[in-house]
Amino acid sequence: MRIPCPFCGDRDLREFHVMGGAEWLARPAPNAGAAAWDAYLHQRANPAGRTRELWLHEAGCGAWLMVERDTVTHAVHAVVPARGAAS
Amino acid sequence: MRVEGKGRIRNTVSVPFSFDGRRCCGRAGDTLASALIANDIRVVGRSFKYHRPRGIMTAGSEEPNALVTILRRGGALPNQRATTQELFEGLEATSQNAWPSPGFDLLAVNDLAARLMPAGFYYKTFMWPRGAWARFYEPLIRRAAGLGRLPRIADDTPYDRAFAHCDVLVIGAGPAGLMAALAAARAGADVILAESDRRCGGRLLGEEEEIGGRAGHEWAAALEAELRGMENVRVMTRATVVGAHDGGVFAVVEKLAHHLPDQPGGVPLECFWRIVARRSVLCAGAVERSVAFAGNDRPGVMMAGAVRSYLNRFGVVAGRRVAIFANNDDAHRTARDLAAAGVEVVALVDPREEVGISGDYPVLTGARVMATQGRKGLVGFTVATASGRQRIEADCLAVSGGWNPVLHLSCHLGARPRWRDDIAAFVPAPADAPGMVPGMRVAGAAGGSFSTAACLREGAAAGMAAARALGLKAQRPEIPAAQDDAGTLSPLWLVGEGRGKAFLDLQNDVTAGDIGLAVREGFAVSEHMKRYTTLGMGPDQGRSSGVNALAVLAGIAGRSIAETGTTTFRPPFEPVSIGVMGGAGRGQGFAPRRRIPSHDFCTRQGAPLADTGLWQRPLFFPRAGEGNWRQSCDREVMMVRRAVGLCDVSSLSKFDIQGRDAARFLDFVLATRVSSLRVGRMRYGLVLRDDGHVLDDGIVARLGRGRFVMSTSTAAAAEMRRHLEFVRQCLQPQWDVHVTDVTDHWAQFALAGPGAREVLAGLLPQGARAAGLPPMGVAEVRIGAVGARLFGVSFPGGPGCEIAVPARFGPALFDELAARAEMRGGGAFGIEALNVLRLERGRITHAEIDGRVTPGDLGLGHLTGRPGDFIGKAALKRPGLRDEERGQLVGLRPAGAVKMLSAGAHLFPSDVPATPADYQGHVSSAAWSPTLGSMIALAFVRNGRARLGERLRAVDHMRGMETACVICAPYFLGAEGEMHDG
Repeated sequence: MRIPCPFCGDRDLREFHVMGGAEWLARPAPNAGAAAWDAYLHQRANPAGRTRELWLHEAGCGAWLMVERDTVTHAVHAVVPARGAAS
Repeated sequence: MRVEGKGRIRNTVSVPFSFDGRRCCGRAGDTLASALIANDIRVVGRSFKYHRPRGIMTAGSEEPNALVTILRRGGALPNQRATTQELFEGLEATSQNAWPSPGFDLLAVNDLAARLMPAGFYYKTFMWPRGAWARFYEPLIRRAAGLGRLPRIADDTPYDRAFAHCDVLVIGAGPAGLMAALAAARAGADVILAESDRRCGGRLLGEEEEIGGRAGHEWAAALEAELRGMENVRVMTRATVVGAHDGGVFAVVEKLAHHLPDQPGGVPLECFWRIVARRSVLCAGAVERSVAFAGNDRPGVMMAGAVRSYLNRFGVVAGRRVAIFANNDDAHRTARDLAAAGVEVVALVDPREEVGISGDYPVLTGARVMATQGRKGLVGFTVATASGRQRIEADCLAVSGGWNPVLHLSCHLGARPRWRDDIAAFVPAPADAPGMVPGMRVAGAAGGSFSTAACLREGAAAGMAAARALGLKAQRPEIPAAQDDAGTLSPLWLVGEGRGKAFLDLQNDVTAGDIGLAVREGFAVSEHMKRYTTLGMGPDQGRSSGVNALAVLAGIAGRSIAETGTTTFRPPFEPVSIGVMGGAGRGQGFAPRRRIPSHDFCTRQGAPLADTGLWQRPLFFPRAGEGNWRQSCDREVMMVRRAVGLCDVSSLSKFDIQGRDAARFLDFVLATRVSSLRVGRMRYGLVLRDDGHVLDDGIVARLGRGRFVMSTSTAAAAEMRRHLEFVRQCLQPQWDVHVTDVTDHWAQFALAGPGAREVLAGLLPQGARAAGLPPMGVAEVRIGAVGARLFGVSFPGGPGCEIAVPARFGPALFDELAARAEMRGGGAFGIEALNVLRLERGRITHAEIDGRVTPGDLGLGHLTGRPGDFIGKAALKRPGLRDEERGQLVGLRPAGAVKMLSAGAHLFPSDVPATPADYQGHVSSAAWSPTLGSMIALAFVRNGRARLGERLRAVDHMRGMETACVICAPYFLGAEGEMHDG
């Protein structure tokens, strides 16, 4: 698998560390309540198809990236810096 | 035997080799298989299950029978295919799966008992008694059934791995691949042409046919030379593409030294390439398939194309009286070439009624071979025709059931092949089908176009299209004249008339009868049939048998072949040695070694080193008269308690955190408040995950208003770095803060013990100030001209401090400190003593911070009760994390006759059996404390803090040990929280 890093270009999978879904970007407010925190910490959809994931270009530029890819075809559709991608 | 005047081995240099100890001679350019045929060796091994004698069947890597063991200096290489093994001087090969020899194999009794061993035999027979499978049946069956044996010694053969990038990867260098590479290269694309054989040409190497008015193999050689001369082309021979992966990544195994005698100096045997290609062209050709008939596995029965290759390329033939049995026009070329070379062709048996080709040999139409005769090799066969049966004497039978495109790589990402009735073969799915390899085009026989002219045309077109897809201007290369007739074929899979086993998969000994049994027992789906019969599960993964088996299955189940469908094609395309996958990454390999600044001191002192992550740290510093590690460790502990000890703690992580929002950032990252810390002071803190569990602990020192240095553990260094960057980049991107990992930049040494300040005082010009550094204070000082940092804390606990200097000054400072410590009756100590010292003081490490504990579990809940948000705060409110019945950190001491305590032991009440229902907790760390003269341990016990003084039983199932112990506070020396409250 290859990931096109927006800073470094097309790179091999081995340079990256994956954290999980991009849900980690949407951290609830401290007082958001148990349900919101439960959803943030534990609930993941695990879709067959397009997903948004967080990858760290650890052996490269050190940027956290949001990778949009397809878990069925393995196609990588978009890679953007995670900084500012939370929305 | 050799056929005079035939073969393209121009060199007639004689090459001695041995097979099963028999000394033979081949010629330079031979494969082991062609040399064995030249030496009239017919039986090359015994079959997998029935131990039937088997001979060479093919001339390629699809070979099911001729798997041999090649003896090498580094050990034996089992399951090497004689058909692809190039001959070299002194090659030693042995047959496999035969005892005592392939000519006389005692286990051939299996063949007579075959009726007792149908498909699914193992599943049905060896189920009873329970447990006997692993202990008794499996080892026995593995010895009797199987292929080569692995040597019992470590393989020190060198292997390598490499990476390459290209615009266009062309897979296979037959007529299609050569033209594809030429077209793409002339357009200016960077091309890699990968070919399994030692030479380019594919089928042309084994055919008598012309391309552009010259011999096909000469045309191929000329084009190979032209391509090799182009700067933008890399021709890789002896390189097999074994896998197509995501993102245009291809796995390629290049054989570097299989064709050479043992090489001195570590020349790698093979190299594992990862080739990243923007486009690819699959020109992998086709593989000839057989027809199942009774006794079709007898040595002497071969593929018709292979007989032709051996004759035309190597100048050898496997018999004196050769017959052909084929359902297609292509195989008639075998008869034609043999007859032209003066080999006696005794019959051409063709099941078709109308055959348009004839030669100077008997042709039997509407005929089928129904059985063969011969004990250790073919002597004759029986033919059925409309007019009856007849027996024909022959010692070689060339069989062809047609050709199967080598489409495997096109399916590696999930695409399913399509059946084409007109050529009776599966072909790759269209380029836009789901699961097709993106950017891959298919050309030539791999796509079902079997004539040479079609291969040339399609190859050129595919190469041009690949170049154009990359934005290059491509022109059609001139396409030389070549034969343009693919011939016709009438499908024939099985001749059911004869008695005896009609084999489909010769490698795994699966017969047509086994397929019928599978269907009768309900395994009629192709994937089920495969697993039930084991067809296609040998090293060749059904390359020679798969399609025939599906056709037979379809016939029995009353479905079409298209409906039946194939099994799944997965990488690797052909067997890949485990060694080459590891490449050079064996043992230390290229793994980095992280050395602490005092590394040279440690080795000078003879300290044994331990790997902690990538770091190497000294276990202890042995002195004369000390016989084991415990003596050294005990001495070092007492040295610290009584005088002074020195320990290199440079491997602990250090993060430099700066910026206007640095304090705010640390308040958010740590459960402990940092913004209230005064400049020149330090504070202990916990870093939590957002689920409320402890990620790590550490110490934060404030060097300036917006300048901090945080020191955390060695163990969680990588995780901590990712976490800090995640918070900075993703959760609080608006803050002005920078985090830099300065672990490698600073050498840091702990001085511990009553003499610690004295050792330091003499070294610092501001000695007085150093001595006056308060606990949990930090100061930037100078040692000579070198800027240093002094920390009023020491991890081992008790009086002490730590000093940090830029890493390059570390070795000198350590030597100096060690000398000064020794003058005061102290010295360096290793991580064994460090572990005892920290346990005595109740300092936690990652034995305690195991990812499952909360601050409350550690007795540090009071650190988290502050206002303001921080990572993990919300989750700490959850009832499950506040439960009193959670395991809480306590101390343990032995309280009975057994004085031993061990980490990993489980805790139970004293008076009940050790069952999960009564589980009370576990021991996380244990050590002998020479200070106290007792074992001490840290443990997690349910509601433990309320149970001080209670007795428990520590049960270590691994070591078979039980210790009565008593719960105490989680520290054994000093006062509670001496560091935490700093």
